[in-house]
Amino acid sequence: MALKIVASQCTSCSACEPECPNVAIFEKNGTFVIDPKKCTECIGHFDAPQCAAVCPVDDTCIIDTSYPRYQPPA
Amino acid sequence: MDATTQHEGEAIGTPEKLAEIMQAKAEHQGCGTSGGSGKASCGSSAGQGDLPTEIWEKVKNHPCYSEEAHHHYARMHVAVAPACNIQCNYCNRKYDCANESRPGVVSEKLTPEQAAKKVLAVASTIPQMTVLGIAGPGDPLANPEKTFKTFELINRTAPDIKLCLSTNGLALPDHVDTIAGFNVDHVTITINMVDPEVGAKIYPWVFWKHKRYTGYEAAKILTDRQLQGLEMLTERGILCKINSVMIPGINDNHLVEVNRAVKSRGAFLHNIMPLISSPEHGTVFGLNGQRGPTAQELKALQDRCEGEMNMMRHCRQCRADAVGLLGEDRSAEFTTDKIMAMEVNYDLESRQAYQALVEEERVAKVAAKQAELESLAGEQSDIKLLVAVATKGSGLVNEHFGHAKEFQVWELSTGGAKFVGHRRVDLYCQGGYGEEDSLETIIRAINDCHAVFVAKIGGCPKADLIKAGIEPVDQFAHEFIEKSAITWFKDYLAKVKSGEIEHTVRGDAEIRQGALISAA
Ligand code: SF4
Ligand code: SF4
Ligand code: SF4
Repeated sequence: MALKIVASQCTSCSACEPECPNVAIFEKNGTFVIDPKKCTECIGHFDAPQCAAVCPVDDTCIIDTSYPRYQPPA
Repeated sequence: MDATTQHEGEAIGTPEKLAEIMQAKAEHQGCGTSGGSGKASCGSSAGQGDLPTEIWEKVKNHPCYSEEAHHHYARMHVAVAPACNIQCNYCNRKYDCANESRPGVVSEKLTPEQAAKKVLAVASTIPQMTVLGIAGPGDPLANPEKTFKTFELINRTAPDIKLCLSTNGLALPDHVDTIAGFNVDHVTITINMVDPEVGAKIYPWVFWKHKRYTGYEAAKILTDRQLQGLEMLTERGILCKINSVMIPGINDNHLVEVNRAVKSRGAFLHNIMPLISSPEHGTVFGLNGQRGPTAQELKALQDRCEGEMNMMRHCRQCRADAVGLLGEDRSAEFTTDKIMAMEVNYDLESRQAYQALVEEERVAKVAAKQAELESLAGEQSDIKLLVAVATKGSGLVNEHFGHAKEFQVWELSTGGAKFVGHRRVDLYCQGGYGEEDSLETIIRAINDCHAVFVAKIGGCPKADLIKAGIEPVDQFAHEFIEKSAITWFKDYLAKVKSGEIEHTVRGDAEIRQGALISAA
């Protein structure tokens, strides 16, 4: 799984962008989006997904269940 | 307005071209030699009071800090930093940072290059513009690159513009040295508490060192970082103003303690602002019905803190991207589109000539007040009362009653005239009330005043004011406020003494929601 940003809730504050350890977050058409190929759910970097921790709007950076759970390299 | 529309402007303007213009300007002026900060040569230093000369030099032309300067000089804020690292219960970040602006109005987000060009364009058009602030939405230090890039660009081209920034303080200790390097000599920290128990009711969380903290722990980190940042700044000789939001029932009494804590750490000015709260702002406080203070509650708290240190009473919680004298907004003239199309010719010399003129005006005003004050010296009375003044600036009674969007409030006693705040009366947040109600709104807003000084007033409102117990005073049109107020007060005392009138105490007044902007 990766995280995704609920576009209708995103305020485009940009707070999440610099926090991502994988540079997975970028701006697109006025809101911010996560590249699911780059997102590791912050596993191996931090205890909690950074985007969700810094986002001012609750339930905006959420788990995207359409992707399989990220497997950290052994 | 929807936040998602904010980024449209960013495609406009070519940063390369701008950098070129600014480079050329910088060379032309030979920056560094012309750090023009207030060219006043007057030794009498009007208004210095007991401030050390070094600090007075820094504040006297700063419209946010010097009670006096804000009538003459202008400031502008640009919003380049929308991200924030904490959450305040009085903020809904769909809109602006509530610390500095009126909730519900989204500031225009600019790139550092756009912001720099905007500042130069405004400064070239409005010679009073001497201060640039970076403020909300968001925390400038949660976006340090954007903030400092903007400062760098402006420093290069317009070395006479003072830079300041407002922060919640969480990231402050990490950036103090950069701030000092940029010659940013004004920093505003919003400190609402020094007790984490109180803080936990104001801040649901902070994001620090890659972790979200909540409750007591969050507030403890925040207060520690704020006070540490404050100490570090004052150690380096950087002026610090403290903003506090007065939240009745949560931190109102506690702010006296905050006042002591920040004073002992070298803050030179404390600005207590009323909470602005209403359900349509969508903030936690707005939704849970937390009320803001009344005018009397606010003034009482400011008075309690005043013995401790300088209080700032002219803050009108200006909108973050407002342009103009405090209380005036010319931002419609400087939208991103207009600015990017503008040829900017930054003329330092004519700016300085203008500012010298303003200095003369200020000295004249103080001299007039001094003379009048001396004539009051013999009077003995315990009477202390408030009067409202309609003014467009320059320290004069020069606004028509019907045109005033706000009134200055002055406290009169045998000690003289003291500026104690502003009252908004514009209809911006009224939401559809008609003309007939506007007079009532004004009366409610200045209900604690004995008189209202105006340049002109019509017959009808005059009669209604008298009925409400507020004396309309129009014989001082276009005269200096303080001098006029003292003259009127002497006359008032004489009438009380002769028994012609009886002195009564006035009731409380209402604080109008939000910052002052013109509904253009
Ligand atoms: S969960 Fe972590 S890795 Fe994934 S987008 Fe958010 S910050 Fe980046
Ligand atoms: S932190 Fe949240 S609101 Fe801000 S840009 Fe990222 S997803 Fe959007
Ligand atoms: S610091 Fe400013 S932007 Fe951040 S939550 Fe508080 S009021 Fe809002």
